[in-house]
Amino acid sequence: MSIAHDVHSAPAPAHGGGHGDHHGPGPLDGKWSAPVGHALPTSTGLDNRKLLMWLFLASDCMFFGSLIGTFMVYKGRSTVGPSPHEIFDIPYTSVSAFVLLMSSLTMVLALAAIQRNDQPRLRIWLITTALLGSVFIGGQYYEFTTFYSENLTLQHSLFGSSLFTLTGFHGAHVTIGIFWLLYMTAMSWTGRLNSEQPLFIEIAGLYWHFVDIVWIVIFTVVYLLP
Amino acid sequence: MAVTLPRPQAPAAPAQAAPEYGTLPAYHGFVSWLTTVDHKRIGILYGSTAFAFFLLGGLEALMIRIQLATPGSTFVSPDAFNQLFTMHGTTMIFLFVMPMSVAFFNYIVPLQIGAPDVAFPRLNAFSYWTFLFGGIFMNLSYFFDGMPDGGWFGYAPLTTIQFSPSHRIDFWMLSLQILGVASLAGAFNFLVTIINMRAPGMSLMRMPVFTWNTLITSFLLVFAFPAITVALILLMFDRLYGTNFYYAPNGGDPLLWQHLFWIFGHPEVYILILPAMGMVSEILPVFSKKPLFGYPFVVYATVAIGFIGFGVWSHHMFTTGLGPIANSFFAASTMLIAVPTGVKIFNWMGTMYGGAIRFTTPMLFAIGFVSMFTIGGLTGVMHAIVPVDMQHQDSYFVVAHFHYVLFGGAFFGIMGGIYFWWSKFTGRMLDEKLGKWVFWLVFAGFNLTFGPMHFLGVDGMPRRVYTYGANQGWSGWFGMDWLGWNMVVTIGAFIIMVGMLIFIYSAFKALRGPKDAPTDPWDGATLEWSLPSPPPVYNFAVAPVVRSRDAFWAWKRRPQAVEAGENVATLQVGGHTVGHAEFEEEHPSEEYLAQERNAYYADPATFHIPNPSFFPIIAAFGLTCLAAGMIFGYALSIAGFLYLIVAIGGWAMEPTS
Repeated sequence: MSIAHDVHSAPAPAHGGGHGDHHGPGPLDGKWSAPVGHALPTSTGLDNRKLLMWLFLASDCMFFGSLIGTFMVYKGRSTVGPSPHEIFDIPYTSVSAFVLLMSSLTMVLALAAIQRNDQPRLRIWLITTALLGSVFIGGQYYEFTTFYSENLTLQHSLFGSSLFTLTGFHGAHVTIGIFWLLYMTAMSWTGRLNSEQPLFIEIAGLYWHFVDIVWIVIFTVVYLLP
Repeated sequence: MAVTLPRPQAPAAPAQAAPEYGTLPAYHGFVSWLTTVDHKRIGILYGSTAFAFFLLGGLEALMIRIQLATPGSTFVSPDAFNQLFTMHGTTMIFLFVMPMSVAFFNYIVPLQIGAPDVAFPRLNAFSYWTFLFGGIFMNLSYFFDGMPDGGWFGYAPLTTIQFSPSHRIDFWMLSLQILGVASLAGAFNFLVTIINMRAPGMSLMRMPVFTWNTLITSFLLVFAFPAITVALILLMFDRLYGTNFYYAPNGGDPLLWQHLFWIFGHPEVYILILPAMGMVSEILPVFSKKPLFGYPFVVYATVAIGFIGFGVWSHHMFTTGLGPIANSFFAASTMLIAVPTGVKIFNWMGTMYGGAIRFTTPMLFAIGFVSMFTIGGLTGVMHAIVPVDMQHQDSYFVVAHFHYVLFGGAFFGIMGGIYFWWSKFTGRMLDEKLGKWVFWLVFAGFNLTFGPMHFLGVDGMPRRVYTYGANQGWSGWFGMDWLGWNMVVTIGAFIIMVGMLIFIYSAFKALRGPKDAPTDPWDGATLEWSLPSPPPVYNFAVAPVVRSRDAFWAWKRRPQAVEAGENVATLQVGGHTVGHAEFEEEHPSEEYLAQERNAYYADPATFHIPNPSFFPIIAAFGLTCLAAGMIFGYALSIAGFLYLIVAIGGWAMEPTS
């Protein structure tokens, strides 16, 4: 059966509803709308903001991958000391790594709390997580000061340059995370996390866990590998 | 045989309920452009800004060509020449091809997938303003220490403080970081939009190929940009804080820059070409009146290019002495990546084969793309052979190669896209007669410019030299010093200029004309052609339900197919069947339809239109000040940082709709 090619005979490309088409549905069915303040339904069922965070973390993997790669390439190529085994205090850094890992546990507890809509508990766990993160950052500050006093500076050697750049960017990530957690705590305090889903905490948690996992890699590559 | 279909008149748009805006006032005039979060307006901003930068980059190219037309020319100084070729490359890549592609992503992708906007409209605006400020910041260098002069690849240690003590490189590295933020913000946005905001029934394998290319390009951006971010951070630390990353006396390795740069740089060339490939994949089927030949192959070839593109970077470094094993690996992977690319070229030819071809301007540019890109691709495979590459390295042969893929490829694709979608962007048609003049002038000029560079390169003419002697064999035909391939190249460049001036005239002529473009001037296959030209601010009043690939073609012919009891709509020209569009679900049950509708139906009175916002432009300005402070003093950095924090705070608090 031949069908006329002339587009004149095709139904008008209506926008605004193909309901008059008695042959069946036009392409324009279903409303593109949602009540004010609510997100549209998504193709995957995953919230847009959560997907954005996953993609950002994927990109951040490459960022840390490049920094860690730089550190690995320059390992043992410094022209002057001190060398890693002379200045690293493994037990000390292990403790601060443990503190950071524990903050992942409290982050999970915070998420569990908001899923029950238990606001006071949520704030307790958020503040605890931020506190543990701050202990880690404080530990890093003390460690950097020690390194500087032992004549390892950003400019001194290749090892200093790559070590401070890598761990410094990780520390910056943790610091941003701490401010984010405090902001979430303030939102809970002022009651703005009530009606919202646990999503905000979940997204902050994704970021926080990622930063923790990166530290496991950095701790292994920088401190533990001989 | 050229068959021209009669152009249908635009159907009178049915009466629409006025869209309701959110809680903030709608701005008007200039302010409405500063605060817009509409993907179509942002697309227009992106496109016009990128075109302005194209003119700047083109001007730089013409100055380079005037200087090189004759031996021993003193038109510009060697120092100025370094600045010109650096800024020509940087501008064309980061300020023209990439943002111009993003302009098309912005305008077309949400329409093709049946979405009301991108996933994060304010992030989209932020992306544009950051790009604009980054581009301006880069070019401001002209008024201070002079323009960057380290090449677009910025090889360390040439760019370190020891060899480039002025602020030129600071401008370059800082503005590339700013542009990186813009690119990443855009890439995240398009990924989420395409993954999450497809209309009901728009499965991945029903997506238009341009949308597929946008998806893969965005993935490449997300994974490739961190490498150059790190490379630039290390360079910045070396320059500003005295670290040793590229400082050889303290053990730093210049190869680190090259590796990091090309791990970004090679995916980058696919970031430049894939969008144009997507445009061509939309244009060829429409003007051949056949669905894209081997759609799944084109899609998987695109995915394969995306993957392999991360495994070929060291072919830019064959002459650095990486050793036979690394050289062999990267030679093999480079030859391998030609396979999916070749698959695409055969698919495009298969699309045209047996089709009812209409030689419109967009079609001419698309065919120009396929043929010229093939030449550039072939010289690319030549460079996969290590000894050949060692001969070609740093010669004009390489310049010829990458201009055949970037000008003959990306630029022709973009010009095709501009002619194809211009009516959708502006509501007006571009003049076809002038369009053909533009195509043939640019096509002839292009081949005159870059074709002879192959000969010059094989003849030993090196890249990035500001002049050459009369006795070096690159001039001196018929005993006349000024005549030779270099003069031919320069004449070609000016022919391109004439072609582009006609394009600009034609664009202004169209913009001053009446807004009378039909909804569907080309009998388009994809959903954007179902909307008025230009589309209303909310795009689709109701979400389109997609039942097949080439959704709009199928829909236009569905009534006849249903009447004939077929589940295939036949694409015919003059009684001659040239293709089919299949419905994958012939008769969806009423129940299913009701379900589908309910999923997208919330409140008939409320369209989802995001509020305009000042915060994206404020945040982008803060970010730029933060970076500029590294040159002009940290007080500016701190001010910019505070500004940025305030903007982010306001952004978070502001009601979105």
